[in-house]
Amino acid sequence: MKKNPLFDIFIGNDSVFSFVKAILAVFFALIIVYFILLLTGYSPFPVYGALLKGAFGSRRCFGECLVSTTPLLFSGLGFAIAYRCGLFNIGLEGQITVGGIAAAFIGYIFPEMNPVIHVSACIAAGFLAGALWGFIPGYLKARFGIHEVISVIMLNHIAFKIAAYLVSMQGPMKDRLDDMPASPFIRDSAKIVRLVNGSRVHWGIILAVITAFIIWVLLFRTRLGFRIRAVGKNKYAAETAGINVKRHIILTLSISGALGGLAGAVEILGVHYRLFAAFSPGYGFDAIAVALLGMVHPIGIIASAFLFGILRSGSVFMQAMYGVNKDMVSVITAIIVLFMGMSAPIGIMIKDRFKRKSHGTSV
Amino acid sequence: MELLFKLFSMAVFASTLRIATPLILASLGGCMSERSGVINIGLEGMMLMGAFTAVVGSFYLGPWPGLILGILAGGMMGLLHAFMSVTLGANQVISSTAINIMAVGLPNILIPVIWPGHYGISPTVGVIKDINIPFISSIPVIGKVLGHQNPIVYVALILVPVISYLLFKTRIGLRIRSVGEHPRAADTLGINVYKMRYIAVTMSGLLAGLGGAFLSICYQSQFSSVMTAGRGFIGLAAMIFGRWTPKGAMLACLLFGFADAFQAGAQSAGVPIPPEILLAFPYVLTLVALVGLLGKTAVSPAANGKPYLKG
Repeated sequence: MKKNPLFDIFIGNDSVFSFVKAILAVFFALIIVYFILLLTGYSPFPVYGALLKGAFGSRRCFGECLVSTTPLLFSGLGFAIAYRCGLFNIGLEGQITVGGIAAAFIGYIFPEMNPVIHVSACIAAGFLAGALWGFIPGYLKARFGIHEVISVIMLNHIAFKIAAYLVSMQGPMKDRLDDMPASPFIRDSAKIVRLVNGSRVHWGIILAVITAFIIWVLLFRTRLGFRIRAVGKNKYAAETAGINVKRHIILTLSISGALGGLAGAVEILGVHYRLFAAFSPGYGFDAIAVALLGMVHPIGIIASAFLFGILRSGSVFMQAMYGVNKDMVSVITAIIVLFMGMSAPIGIMIKDRFKRKSHGTSV
Repeated sequence: MELLFKLFSMAVFASTLRIATPLILASLGGCMSERSGVINIGLEGMMLMGAFTAVVGSFYLGPWPGLILGILAGGMMGLLHAFMSVTLGANQVISSTAINIMAVGLPNILIPVIWPGHYGISPTVGVIKDINIPFISSIPVIGKVLGHQNPIVYVALILVPVISYLLFKTRIGLRIRSVGEHPRAADTLGINVYKMRYIAVTMSGLLAGLGGAFLSICYQSQFSSVMTAGRGFIGLAAMIFGRWTPKGAMLACLLFGFADAFQAGAQSAGVPIPPEILLAFPYVLTLVALVGLLGKTAVSPAANGKPYLKG
């Protein structure tokens, strides 16, 4: 049997193969967007340059990059844990919104107090609100068989409308002393402290990375994680093996929503300090690409959240410099998602071909 | 009392029909695609692309060519989804999500290129005007609702029995449904599974494109990337609610359309409920309707969502 060293290194080894696929996805996305930029009359390389400069150009820029990375990491993890259970939670944007609402409310309604207690209370409130917004579709799916994709989209819109109402002119959370449709500012004791001077990056990024490790442990080192993955792989087999599938669906979507809630809470407590409608610029939808590009693995997601943080923060600079709409990033995102979607079946095809070649027999 | 009279006026029913039209078209698209075994949550994105292309077409060529282009744009998106999910066997939910993400981004990039100085919202363009049907409009009650409407409203209403007939009474419909129920058996009987799914998913895109074009050049006269506002998903919910049949889906769409028209009517009549809460009403109703009426008996096509690989 002839051995093919290239096969062993790049395709035989699953984690390296995953990595190769992820790099290729980004690469292809950049090439396709290169042509879109050309066709729409921009010169691609300076635009890409501006994108990078916007993320790494200065200490402040890099800080902004990490500021975007933080909610992307939380919500990417949220998408991933649901995906591992065979659930498609595209409702993270709504879960972020309710998390932000809850955190902002606890943040300004109580007087100044011990910062540790206040921040913890706000984060817990965001966590619980997000969990509730994940529990609802989980329950609807387990009890009534309603596909989670439809229920979470409805819940997204409901959350957006609730947030808009709360800070509207007659809204109960509206700051009466300000003309802006926003809530009062949270107390100083509820703010998440900044990491360094001269940039908005805050301790939330550390919390997000710690959360990634917790989710990794939960998914791959606990019995609960094993059961969640078993349900995702084959729920009928899991049911036969005595796993309560419905309970795990509800639990997983609640955890997933809670992670979205964390993203929203940390965004309010660390960046905006007050609630306004649509405070999340679509982090919940980016989460899908973040999780898929990170091969739905917490450690991979840390890397891909950082990449999308670069794209998010860089795109603002890109738009300011060259007038390229910052939604160019969502085209990159879409192509990455498309590529990751087709990489699984193509990956199987490539592996089959190599196996046939190196074993000299047809499988 | 006067308030009630306002809320249940003929005008509300007429606008129910208008609001339900894009939902009906989306849900028909959903029926086509899912009956062939391909989940299509990309309806929302296909509508958006249809809406955008229709505005561009209307700007350069006039509303009717714009409509055609909008339909074709939806069809192209359907073709892309078919290629991803049928030929490559990719996860259908991921593939259609990518379409949704792209459909939000691409128009926003192209708007400032096509119309310098515009961001996020296109300028207003020519629209397809409402028509008056003399015979119907003279009937007392129905005339107020059906007599004076947009041509696409009538098209959507006619398409419901057409698609229903196509799916349940023709050979090709039988084939489409068979590949959605048991692709391997269909394949064994000599039906080309891939071809059937391509036809169904592309048609689904065409229908969604028409729905989008209606939104941008009939219902409104410009494009913005938030204009679909979940209508593709509500259409999908309506399809499930109608148990994957065009007629049932249409009834559900009319219900959701009524909810929307009702809240709009309530807003203008000055009902003392905050407008944001009223706006959430159709979404809440969708959820409640799914829970209340269909929980027990929803049966999706057996092979829905499963890629078929010849082997």
